Amino acid sequence: MEIIKIERKVLAKNDAIASEIRGKFEENGVFAINMVSSPGSGKTSLVEKIIEYFNGRVNISVIEGDVQTDLDAQRVSAYNVPVVQIITNGGCHLEANLVNDSLKNLDLVQTDLLIIENVGNLVCPAGYDLGEDMKVVVISVTEGDDKPLKYPKMFINSKVLVINKIDLLPYVNCNIEQLKQNALKINPALQVFEISCTSGEGVGKFCDFLESSI
Amino acid sequence: MHELSLAQNILETVRQNVTADELSKVREVVVEIGAFSGVVAESLKFSFEAITSGTELNEAVMTIVDIPFCLKCNDCGSETSTEIPMMLCSICGGINTQILSGDELRVKELKLAEE
Ligand SMILES: Nc1nc2c(ncn2[C@@H]2O[C@H](COP(=O)(O)OP(=O)(O)OP(=O)(O)O)[C@@H](O)[C@H]2O)c(=O)[nH]1
Ligand SMILES: [Mg+2]
Ligand SMILES: [Zn+2]
Repeated sequence: MEIIKIERKVLAKNDAIASEIRGKFEENGVFAINMVSSPGSGKTSLVEKIIEYFNGRVNISVIEGDVQTDLDAQRVSAYNVPVVQIITNGGCHLEANLVNDSLKNLDLVQTDLLIIENVGNLVCPAGYDLGEDMKVVVISVTEGDDKPLKYPKMFINSKVLVINKIDLLPYVNCNIEQLKQNALKINPALQVFEISCTSGEGVGKFCDFLESSI
Repeated sequence: MHELSLAQNILETVRQNVTADELSKVREVVVEIGAFSGVVAESLKFSFEAITSGTELNEAVMTIVDIPFCLKCNDCGSETSTEIPMMLCSICGGINTQILSGDELRVKELKLAEE
């Protein structure tokens, strides 16, 4: 048989658009994070906390990714920050072309920190570069301490791990030391923060880290 | 996962790399899948079959090459493969490591029938 060599990444097109987006961010001095987690770990709650913490001192814009509804965008818009909702209509992750299109509705010049809240899913978003500076993976203590071992790719591709809902530690069967150990075995370079969006504990430390990265 | 959309990407790549005449001669599409790419090979093959059956690519089958996870440790020099992809060196506990393989999702080559 005749062989035609291809050697092309299946997601090459996504990667190309992501590079284009990265260029736009650099040009406009935007620091972008891609926030990923299982459904309900507290991504939107953390977005709200970050906005509250900076209280206008840092210009924040938000892109909300959901399978359905603009409920998360509604929550965020109550804080008077620019927010765009992407509805994927069943899609299990955000792709770079969707983010690129949504940038038309944001003023990047006026943005210091762009938070992209991905679709709640610990598998699929891991493979899609959105042009972000870093992926922040959020995991809540109610999910158990074995998640890094079960969803390693997400933890390998993230720079930061936020462990949320630590206010619930007394009530759930989650060993937070084990959780951290598992995560650091998968990716020893992870920066780990322990927070509660409900009590506010640890939120300041995480936000200070974000500010120092901008 | 979203294997159907991946299969569509692969189909597009196939179309871009052969002429219209060659399309019906494609017999094999070889795809490399890394151990922690997150892609379910069977489901990708199924999706590819579903979108090509009854088309010029009817005769094309997808062949999967599995690529294992492999980590190189820059501290002790070892190259290891663990079942769960861990970036912590399982030999010396070093953190100064790099992933050599395991994240692939790549169309490697096409095989065409000759006249
Ligand atoms: N006890 C407790 N509950 C929390 C905390 N953070 C968030 N929650 C609750 O967890 C639920 C889900 O929070 P969201 O912020 O909507 O989670 P999400 O990750 O944005 O969810 P999706 O966008 O649907 O994936 C809500 O009921 C929150 O009030 C926390 O630190 N402690
Ligand atoms: Mg949300
Ligand atoms: Zn080593």
